[in-house]
Amino acid sequence: MNVLSSIFGYLMSAIPLGMTFLYGCTGEIITEKVGHLNLGIPGIMCMGAAGGCAVLQVCMTTGNLPAVLIVILGILGSFLVAGLMGLLYSFLTVSLKANQNVTGLTMTIFGVGLMKFIFSNLEGHMYLKALTYFRYPFSVHMPGSDLRYCGPMVFLAIIIALVASYVLTHTKVGLHLRSVGENPATADAVGINVTAYKYGATIIGSGIAGLGGLFYVMDYAGSQEAYLSIETYGWLAIALVIFTLWRPHLSIFGSMVFGALFVAGSYIPSIPGLHLSMTATPLLKMLPYVVTIIVLAITSVRNKRENQPPAGLGVNYYREDR
Amino acid sequence: MNKQEAKKTQEKASRVREPLFHVIKRDTIPLWKSWMIRVIAILAALLICGLITLVLMGRNPIEMYASMIKGSFGTSRRIWKLLKDTAILLCIALAVTPAFRMKFWNTGAEGQVLVGCLATTACMYYMGGNAPDWLIIICMLVAAVAAGAIWGLIPAIFKAKFNTNETLFTLMMNYVATYLIAYFLLVWTPDGSSSLGRLEHGHLPVLLEDVVGNSYLLILLVVAVLTVGMYIYLKYSKHGYEISVVGESNNTARYIGISVPKVIIRTMLVSGAICGLAGFLIVGGLDHTVTTESAGGQGFTAIMVSWLGKFNPIFMVLTSFLIIFLDQGAAQVSQDFNIRGAFPDIVTGVILFFIIGCEFFINYKIVFRNKKQKEEQA
Repeated sequence: MNVLSSIFGYLMSAIPLGMTFLYGCTGEIITEKVGHLNLGIPGIMCMGAAGGCAVLQVCMTTGNLPAVLIVILGILGSFLVAGLMGLLYSFLTVSLKANQNVTGLTMTIFGVGLMKFIFSNLEGHMYLKALTYFRYPFSVHMPGSDLRYCGPMVFLAIIIALVASYVLTHTKVGLHLRSVGENPATADAVGINVTAYKYGATIIGSGIAGLGGLFYVMDYAGSQEAYLSIETYGWLAIALVIFTLWRPHLSIFGSMVFGALFVAGSYIPSIPGLHLSMTATPLLKMLPYVVTIIVLAITSVRNKRENQPPAGLGVNYYREDR
Repeated sequence: MNKQEAKKTQEKASRVREPLFHVIKRDTIPLWKSWMIRVIAILAALLICGLITLVLMGRNPIEMYASMIKGSFGTSRRIWKLLKDTAILLCIALAVTPAFRMKFWNTGAEGQVLVGCLATTACMYYMGGNAPDWLIIICMLVAAVAAGAIWGLIPAIFKAKFNTNETLFTLMMNYVATYLIAYFLLVWTPDGSSSLGRLEHGHLPVLLEDVVGNSYLLILLVVAVLTVGMYIYLKYSKHGYEISVVGESNNTARYIGISVPKVIIRTMLVSGAICGLAGFLIVGGLDHTVTTESAGGQGFTAIMVSWLGKFNPIFMVLTSFLIIFLDQGAAQVSQDFNIRGAFPDIVTGVILFFIIGCEFFINYKIVFRNKKQKEEQA
């Protein structure tokens, strides 16, 4: 029984953490499907957290707002700010045809810097007052239980991933979107508005990714220093895209596996009968990164045709190019 | 009849509205003109940063610029720090350049520098006191270069053999390096404080200390030699030529008999080795210890430096100087104006956005509708 409950506790800490990756991963998949490799996702997730928490601070200071409205406003604020970052990225890469890798890395430097600036001017105890709303219902009705992280945003992440998966594979919009990512010149020739699709997908993708940052701060971590570790999760979210072969429905499970690996570092030393010295902790923390490397290597060795990235990924489209 | 039809179609054509503007690729632009566009972009970005300070903090932008210049050139100590930081950043940027020229997106410079730092520190830790300093320094150099090279080699092999995504592979290697350092710090500090403190042995020799007053001169000389060496290597050697061909087109390279995997692996060995050298300089010449923050994100900034400098080592001297100037200046601003948070990163980010954006105006030309019609009439 004790073993079962500790396994349950492990899973209930792993799966919600995975949702941080899932938001980032779904957003990045949508962006990559349209042919843009957005390495700015870590910065965008940071800005999502900053935007959301800023809105929450305003809400909590005003007071007397219904809990549901506060949660919705927080999510909207996060989505909007992250979407603005996406707009900046698409303006630079789509309209100004700037190098995607360099633009993305700059987005990350800028986003992380601006987020630190914003958070150092926010008051942690104010926006964290909303924590109970984001962890509703379990943290309110069953305080201290293992289910405490399972708030509305956990389910929202899964719903978004499922919807994204459906839209990408079963609708006309999804078909157009993918064709833009595979071969923009052909898509342009059949009358699809390439620029509009690229802008739209990048902005929506960035907005979704931004929610990951908000979720991590306002649900999973729930602390004032949480924002400092979002960047790392952003990079892992990008790795997860390759891990899950550009399919949002697979990334639901992939993100849970990543979450499990990530919290394994703190659970393995507590397994009874296993005597690990403290020096092993950093090696356990290395686990998710090593596994990512192994997965990257294996997927590239197998090299199946259907598991390839969009053909136009990373290449900017200029109509008059030959 | 025929004439009437022709007139009709002409009328129809004139009724179809042309888009407001039209983007045309430029052939080539004179060098001075392209640099002028970049300078204008930087000035515009600085203006925006000034406006931001004005709006957010209500402070005079002129004060901000003065504070920036003071922060970088205020005292001779600051000037030396500026030069030293530029040299280290330039060294890492030189390391990533050959890989970028062959379009291998090495985001792992951070990790390659870190393992270089770790290897250097390991030599200092285990050999300190048991061997003469000159021997330790030689071992440090060899170990750091080898460690960096291995860290670059692993992703290169996978890229060459299986076309594994190198951006993410090298990125993950950064984290592995970070935790490796965290592990060794725990091993080396039995009390579990995991802060090593300055090690006594194996410091790099200090040149002309009486004149200069610090230990930076050797680093500046090493990086200066490296810059010239890298310029010659890329521009005049056979290897440099092969790197450029692979970067342009893998198929062309194969066609003219270049072994692409061999070039990828060899170039990443060079790239990683120079990163290791940077780690050696950081630990041996400056810090004399290692932390997980030894590289301090410079592995990523170096990518910007390299790209902004058009992958040309001589231009990169300027771009790395610019980045460090901004960083140090903005740090002074946040100190003077009492700004919390990572203000330097924001300033750097804004300026980089402008520089990235201005490349468009160097490569493309915008032609407006009215102007075009006038040209047609004339």
